[in-house]
Amino acid sequence: MSVVTYRQALHDTLRAEMLRDENVFLIGEEIGVFEGSYKITAGLLAEFGERRVRDTPIAEEGFTGAAIGAAMLGLRPVVEIMTINFTLLAIDQIVNHAAKIYGMFGGQAKVPLVIRTPGGGGQQLGATHSQNIELYYAFVPGMKVVAPSTPADAKALLLAAIRDDDPVLFLENLALYNTKGEVPDDDTPAEIGKAAVTREGHDLTLIGYSRMAYVASHVAQELSESDGLDIEVIDLRSLRPLDRETIINSVKKTHAAVVLEDDWLTYGIGAEIAATISDGAFDYLDAPVRRVAMAEVPMPYSKVLESAALPSNDDVRNAIYQTLDAIGRRHHKMGQGHD
Amino acid sequence: MIEITMPRLSDTMEEGAIATWHKHPGDRVEVGDVLVEIETDKATMDYEAYEAGTLSQILVDEGATVTIGTPIALLDDGNDAAAPAPTAVHETTPLPTPVANAATPPEKAVSRPVPEVVASAPTFTRSAAPLVSEGDRRFASPLVRKLAREHALDLSQVHGSGPGGRIIRTDLNDLLAPGASAPTPGGAPRPVVYTGDVVDEKRASEPVQLTKARRVIARRLGESAREIPHYYVTAVADAEVLVQMRADLNEQLGAGEPKISINDLIIRASALALLEHPTVNASYLGDESPTMLIHHRVNIGIAVASKNGLVVPVIVDADQKTVAQLGAEAKQLALQAGTKGLTIDQMSGGTFTISNLGMYGVEEFTAIINPPEGAILAVGATKREPTVVGEVVVPRYRMRFTLSSDHRIIDGALAAEFLRTLTRLIENPWRIVA
Repeated sequence: MSVVTYRQALHDTLRAEMLRDENVFLIGEEIGVFEGSYKITAGLLAEFGERRVRDTPIAEEGFTGAAIGAAMLGLRPVVEIMTINFTLLAIDQIVNHAAKIYGMFGGQAKVPLVIRTPGGGGQQLGATHSQNIELYYAFVPGMKVVAPSTPADAKALLLAAIRDDDPVLFLENLALYNTKGEVPDDDTPAEIGKAAVTREGHDLTLIGYSRMAYVASHVAQELSESDGLDIEVIDLRSLRPLDRETIINSVKKTHAAVVLEDDWLTYGIGAEIAATISDGAFDYLDAPVRRVAMAEVPMPYSKVLESAALPSNDDVRNAIYQTLDAIGRRHHKMGQGHD
Repeated sequence: MIEITMPRLSDTMEEGAIATWHKHPGDRVEVGDVLVEIETDKATMDYEAYEAGTLSQILVDEGATVTIGTPIALLDDGNDAAAPAPTAVHETTPLPTPVANAATPPEKAVSRPVPEVVASAPTFTRSAAPLVSEGDRRFASPLVRKLAREHALDLSQVHGSGPGGRIIRTDLNDLLAPGASAPTPGGAPRPVVYTGDVVDEKRASEPVQLTKARRVIARRLGESAREIPHYYVTAVADAEVLVQMRADLNEQLGAGEPKISINDLIIRASALALLEHPTVNASYLGDESPTMLIHHRVNIGIAVASKNGLVVPVIVDADQKTVAQLGAEAKQLALQAGTKGLTIDQMSGGTFTISNLGMYGVEEFTAIINPPEGAILAVGATKREPTVVGEVVVPRYRMRFTLSSDHRIIDGALAAEFLRTLTRLIENPWRIVA
């Protein structure tokens, strides 16, 4: 067990998998000589050479397609797409090829492909570079979408993604790269499709993934200290397949839920979670499910407006207070939290 | 605007429950359209519109029970445009303004998809008055509705402390506390059916949904057993001649004519006994009433086990029908109860009920009175048993029957006299058919 950053955990896991399996190779923009836009692949070109670490032109559709072909022929490519925004240039390859080939060819070819890509706003990268559009891929049968929020899960889910025979979109997050946490030494992959109850509680279920799972744990801890609240936190970890059972069982216990997401509210991941709760735990709800999401705007460049558009810890606290008020558990003056 | 009220669908009906709304707010309603299914104390009935218009608002939700005359919906017939729009609470949220033409910064999407009542009342308090602008509609969270179903709670008396007066789990704390009893309007203690954990692992319990019919049966029989001072008098009749007579009668029947049953003979015998003792054919009207009712028609209810549970179709003027007519009518009613169901009319107006478990081999049992009747006859099997005749013991057919009576109007001596008459008729069965 060692304490490392999310970034380091990804780097170490990639390296370990490349050492373990010759068929694992990396492909993407600026991952070799430049060592990655976020330095996840630092040192790997020097160690493994150009055959295993392939720098590409700025051509997402082309190198994603090349990786799909390589995967069909037995290699295990790990594609890095610089941010999830650029996956839009490769969406036809991902949605119409990677996700479809196994089924359309009757199982004759598998696509054991990983697409690593970070989401996240808050870096003043403007509207086109600050989106959280993992939903586009979580929507597609044939894809798997995982979203670790901790260094330990970054390792365990990346192990699982590389060893999985289906195409996996591996969602990272710009704001999480420097977060630290304990990472086990052993190489046990996570089970894709299994959420984690990262904090047990009885007052309310707080659900998030990626950065918002981190925010959820943080806010739950704060409210435990400041208000004595006993909040259960679920880190979804996987958006497809979605672990509905864990969500439903938790809401059956707490009778209330708040869902956090960094994407837009309308038609978002939170809507799917709310529908899941309605389907599976309707009779256990004591208050409507609330969602906290980004403002319904293209992300502004201005730092002030960008911060205002992203869901804040205060927004999360207020949604929790409103929900608890609605079930009579507490009466709280709103908006008095501290970030 | 036309106010549609809970109709009186049977003469004993005091309140009705909304089973299913067939029209919804905004739906066009024509005269004769089925508006709503209403569950009464007797049956579930379609209720049709008498006037045309647009259903403007539903005031009583499915599952809720209200007294006769309570408004249950508003029908907009185009008149009275000044009526207040009662749907304000349900107004949809304005959509977020597209940024391109936004004069104000778009609001952050923090979970106000349909901001219930909180939007207009940001700081409700625990003592917020229940929402009355929605008529008598009571809001309750799904969890509360589930607990109410499982624990047979009456939510109409529960104060809702949630947003807009919604009843929330915490409002049931007193009701669900061990040993608690629900408040009732009259102040009388209301039995709480069950207060433990609903799903009990030790007993491997599983909640099973009650049908509406079963809930009606449960409520009515519970009321009867709690409120009516029952007592029971049992008699035994020698049925040797009755059995022989029935066999003879059935031999005389032509092909295709339905056989006469023991029960058909009992119905007729009871009708004749009631004519002789009219105060058994009677109803108590309640402690406040200075009168009781004696019924001059003899309408006998037959307890029938149908797939929907117990139903009691009524044979009117049973004293004026032949045994064969009674048999045919009883058979037809039982068949209908098991298939398409009985109408309110077929189940109302009874003055006395017979419950016969003889076909199951039951020797004798007691029955619970079917209100507002004054008595019910529980008939056991006709069986051969050793009987003392003169100085010897011989096998004879015997039948036991028990009268449950409402002691408020029927004294023990009267019950005994009624049973003596009935015994005499059974032991001299030609009197039944003569």
